Parts: sequence; C-alpha cells; structure tokens
Amino acid sequence: MAQRVLDILQQRVPDAIIEAGSYVGDEMALVERDQLLSVLTLLRDDPELDFSMLTDLTVVDWLELSPRFEVIYQLYSVRLKHRVRIKVGVDEARPEVPTATSLWFAAAWAEREAWDLYGVRFTGHPDLRRILMYDEFKGHPLRKDYPQNARQPLIRRPDAPSTDDQTTRLLANSHDRRTE
Amino acid sequence: MTAAKTLTPPVAHTLAETYDPSGRQAGELMLSPSMQQFAEEAAKLPTEEVIVNMGPSHPAMHGTVRIVLRIDGELIKDADVQIGYLHRGFEKECESSTYSQIFPYVDRLNYVSPMLNNVGFAMAVEKLLGITDQIPERAEYIRVIAGELARVADHLTCIFASLSELGGLTTFFYGNMAREHIWDLLEDLSGARLTHSYARIGGVAWDLTDGFAEKTRAKLVKVRHYIADIRKLVERNRIFLDRMEGVGFISAADAISYGITGPTLRGCGVDYDIRKDQPYSVYDHFDFDVPIADGCDNLARYLVRIEELEQSMKIIEQALVQIPPGPVIIDDPIVALPAKREVYNSIEGMIAHFKLIMDGIQVPPGEAYSYTEGGNGELGFYVVSDGTGRPYKCRCRPPCFYTTSALRQMIVGANIADVVPIFGSINMIGGECDR
Repeated sequence: MAQRVLDILQQRVPDAIIEAGSYVGDEMALVERDQLLSVLTLLRDDPELDFSMLTDLTVVDWLELSPRFEVIYQLYSVRLKHRVRIKVGVDEARPEVPTATSLWFAAAWAEREAWDLYGVRFTGHPDLRRILMYDEFKGHPLRKDYPQNARQPLIRRPDAPSTDDQTTRLLANSHDRRTE
Repeated sequence: MTAAKTLTPPVAHTLAETYDPSGRQAGELMLSPSMQQFAEEAAKLPTEEVIVNMGPSHPAMHGTVRIVLRIDGELIKDADVQIGYLHRGFEKECESSTYSQIFPYVDRLNYVSPMLNNVGFAMAVEKLLGITDQIPERAEYIRVIAGELARVADHLTCIFASLSELGGLTTFFYGNMAREHIWDLLEDLSGARLTHSYARIGGVAWDLTDGFAEKTRAKLVKVRHYIADIRKLVERNRIFLDRMEGVGFISAADAISYGITGPTLRGCGVDYDIRKDQPYSVYDHFDFDVPIADGCDNLARYLVRIEELEQSMKIIEQALVQIPPGPVIIDDPIVALPAKREVYNSIEGMIAHFKLIMDGIQVPPGEAYSYTEGGNGELGFYVVSDGTGRPYKCRCRPPCFYTTSALRQMIVGANIADVVPIFGSINMIGGECDR
C-alpha cells in the first residue's frame, strides 16, 4: 500500500529521490538534503499522501561511511493509514539539516533530542537546546565514537580523579574500544 | 486573576435544580459590603509576573519532570517543560547487549506496563528476522493476554494516581486493590510482579501456569467491581467534573501534529488504535471496540481510559476461550534456546545454547520499524542490525515523549492548580520518556 507513496514521490520529485525501496514491509526513500524540506512539505500537504503525523525522528551514526549520519523521519497518515520512512544523509563536516518544526509540532522536541544525542544541527529550529542530557555535558553520547563507559558526573567527589581528564582520555581511546 | 473572581465561584450546572429564581444562585458566595469593597479594590492592584519551579521534587511530577512556570497570580503565562532526569542511556546500553539481553531494559521503559514493551521489542526483532508469521499461535495468544493485563494495570494506575492527586484518596485504594489482582496474575505467569522479561524473540518464555484461565476469570470479576466503585465515586462528583471538564484542552489537529497517540489522541475524537487500524499479532480475532471521546480535555482522556479497561478485559476473556494448544516458542535453533534436556545430554544442544548466549541471535543486516499499541500510544522500536548478535541501533519511539512535548500548550492559560490534573491525565511515565 505504501508502495504507492514511493511511486507518487518518484513521479513528482524524481530529482530529490536518491533511492527508494522496501525492506521487511517498510517503505523508505533516501532524499537529497537540499530538497528535504520540499519533499516533507509535499508528503504532508498532498491529499494523496497526507502524512499528518511525524511519528518519530532519529539519527543513525554510520561512523566509517560517508555521509556519516542519516536522519530518519518516520511518517504516518492518520486518514489514509499508511507509513513511510524518509532518510537523509548528513556528512560529519557539516552536520546540518533544515528543521521540520514548521511542518509538525512533534519535530520541536524530536530534533532537540537528535541534536542532544547525535549532534546533528537543525537549522532554523527556534529552541535547539539539550533535552535529555544536562547543559554542562560535553559531546554527544549516542555517537559511535563516544565510549560507553565515559562518565561526566555533574557533582564531583573531592577524592575522585578529575572527571574531565578521565573523559578526555576515554574519548581519545574511543577508537580502539569501539572495534571490539 | 482578580480577587473578585476567587471569591465568587461559578455556578455549578449539576446544582441547576436548586436554582432559586428570586435572587442569588446556588453556590454563589454572599459578600458583606466591606468584603465586597475589599474585593473590588484588590482587583485593581497591579500584579507582577513570577517564575516558579514545579518539580522535579514535587509529588505530582513523579520526581522526573521540572516545569518552569511564568505566572501572573494564579494564571500560567508561559511554561518550560524540562525532562531527562531519568535518562539512563537505554539506546547506548542496547548497542552493546545481545538482543535477548535487552528484554530487562525494555521492562524498565514503561514500568507500569512492561509486558507491552516486551512484546513490542520482540516483534521488532522478529520483523527484522522475517519470522513474524512463524510465531506459534499459542504464543501470540499468551502475548495478547499478558499485554492486555498490563494495559489494564497501566490505565488503572493512570486513573487512580491522578484521582488521588485531586484529593480522591479512596479511589487510589480501590484502584490499587484492583491493580494488585492484575499483578498477582502477572506474577503467577512470569514470576515477577513488575519487571517480567517474559517475552522471548520467537515466542514467550514458558506456557501459562495451571489453572491460569480460571484464576484470571475470577480476578477479572473482582477488578470489575473495583472499577464500578471508582466510577460511582467520581463520575457524578462535582469536584471531579469541575477539575476535569474543559481543562487541558488540545485540539485534534494539534494533537496529531504533536505526534500524540493512544488514549490522549482518542480523547480528542481521533479514531486511531493500532490494534484496529493495522492489526498485529492476533488482534483481528477478537471482537472489541475502540472508545473515542471528543472533549479534548482531561475528562475525555479519563473516559477513554476507563472504557478501555472494559474492552481489554473483553479481549482477555475471548483470548482465554480461543487459545489453541501447541508450542509457545518458535522451533528454530537459530532463534530459540534448545530445551534443557538437549543442552545437558547432547553436544549439539550444548553448542546451540552456548552460541545463543555468548554471541546472541544473529540478525541479518537491515532495519525495521515495528509499532504496537502500548499503554500510552504508539510504542515503536526502530532496530538497525549490522549482521551481528547485537543491534547497531535500537531506538525506542516513546509515546509519552511526544505527549509531554504538548504539555506546554495544554497548561499555558490554565491555573497552577490545573497543572497537576493535566499532567496526570497524559500519563507521562519517566522511564519511557527519558529512557
């Protein structure tokens, strides 16, 4: 059923779609970053597509691949009851995508979380603060090069080693720890 | 907010039959002339905006949410909802755990209905493995029964906790007693009262215990009694109605845009229940209704939840009758652990057990988004596999994260006292929201 969504996208915005396909029943399309917003607007406003709900927004960190990050939009149409997944590649040098807050309210917090945990900037977001981590936190914990056992306690014990040094060391060694 | 308004509460519709046409309306306060003058003068006094912190150490904020309120008198001008106090790095932990080791973590997402999380996560991995249609039917029925029991516990908790915050402590005790019966059943089934870890990839851990159906039927009779008592206590209660009706309004279009799902969305008159719209497991075998209320307020959300209790119990009773005999876990040595008899007596069984425990279930590379109807709405798991026994990424789509993001819109313009019932009615669960 959602294959129709991909067909419509291929017809309307053939230049914006890099790749489209289906895996285990999930339809997905990889789109050009420059045309992301126009694709999302089309998906929301076209009566045949009508994706009224941004169900989820997240990021996958591929580390060695280029582009390194993939921002994932899970969309759902309450009226037509179909789903689609939109992906957009984001390189490490310029981790930026245009914000979707003007299209769905849900993007406001979802993009804050993606920025907080993955460090992908959403340009034009009205309030891009950290949401799950605290403001003093350094780095973005869900990036693959952030070690799992790094600790950044907000309140320091006087007898403990300086947490900044410890974390810096862990961050420096992170490459070895990752490839177990 | 003026002082005059505080002193003259609005006339209650429920007392309309006592309306006295000769003068004063029932419920209206009579003020002495001096007090009347005082109230008029107080109304002219200049007011000042104040910033107030509500939570995280506030009994109604579950200890996990902080709301910074900008208030003018009692009126909320603006609010900043801050979450993250219960963030434990769920996704980071998942990335270094085998698929089976993640079950205890998902138990602790929505700790009021862990069974639904168990099933949701198992279904995501099964989708990625491509074995969704090979799960034994008995296992699917057990998942439905356990999941619906968890949903009853979840909705009960939401209802009685928010009622007790409104001062209805009796309903808290009645609701707790009812939930106790549900937890007894889940303990009987899984051995744990709260963190069950009962589902497995490919089925469930073990079969129903002896006499489970009879016990469940007997318990559900008691639960129904308690629910009826709660309804009698509150539904015609003026204090309850005044606090719930028209409070915490959010329109259907806004709710959809915020990504709100579950009872909160159905309280806005939107008919969206994944069990009906995109049936998974064996939900299409049962006859049940999806309750809708179109008040868009606290009362509508309460009404949807209380009716869903009945519908869930209806599903459980049908499932107990329909449940077929058979195995409860998939017969596939790559996914399911071998029987203990084989592990101890054959080298193949030993190796299979060792490989599954040490390396985990080898999931082919790919990605899948699986969605189920959790206690608070669409509970999604987006799993990315790189072909090893551990997920490359395991994202949980928490329903109450998106519901809580709409909290600001619901409370701005309300009174401070309304924050508590509004926050209670959206049933924010810290473990799931903050992960």
